Amino acid sequence: MSFDEKVAWVGGFVAVIVGAVYASVVLPQVGSAPASAIAYRTPMLIAIGAMIVMTIVGTILMSIGTPISAEITGNGSVDDIDRKDERDVDINRRGELMGYYVSSVGLVGALALAMMRYDHFWIANAIFASFMVASVVSAAVKVLIYRRGF
Amino acid sequence: MVKPTQVINSIRALRFAAGEMTQSELADRVGVTRQTIIAIEQGRYSPSLEVAFKIARVFGVPLDSVFHYPGEES
Repeated sequence: MSFDEKVAWVGGFVAVIVGAVYASVVLPQVGSAPASAIAYRTPMLIAIGAMIVMTIVGTILMSIGTPISAEITGNGSVDDIDRKDERDVDINRRGELMGYYVSSVGLVGALALAMMRYDHFWIANAIFASFMVASVVSAAVKVLIYRRGF
Repeated sequence: MVKPTQVINSIRALRFAAGEMTQSELADRVGVTRQTIIAIEQGRYSPSLEVAFKIARVFGVPLDSVFHYPGEES
């Protein structure tokens, strides 16, 4: 598995974990209180911060683990971490493009919610969900292309 | 969604003929990752023309001795 594929896995896992934890905190409040009274700001800010920190930490751990595993198994070169070739760049571009499409659709939905004067809770969460789903889709597409080719 | 390449190649045979050159060594000499060499060998990726020429140059053979594109006649 190339270093960039590992980073894609990290991105996907982090988005799924953070999204699931955020949903488990905020969703139970929906229905039991008016949308404007739901405390989502702090959990959302923590989720965004956690996502950034976990992605950085995960990438650092992969950077440390990859050369160690290459040394132990004799498979691959330590240089592979520094080496990003045309295939990595192309796969990253395709994955990010798919994520962009997904987030664009979500943002149009958020725009519609704003135009229909929905509470800011729904607008903020629609935007947040767009980014999270886009991250997962982007990572999934990258991993899929790494595995199946293109 | 993703369609593996139709380009076939003889890299594995050429590596064998070149003193059982490893995928890592070929990757180092071409300047790509070992995973990319594996993907090319398995037909999961078509490299750019530039990388294709570099691979052919490593083995000292013409490009069409490394890569083949199945045509109507085959």
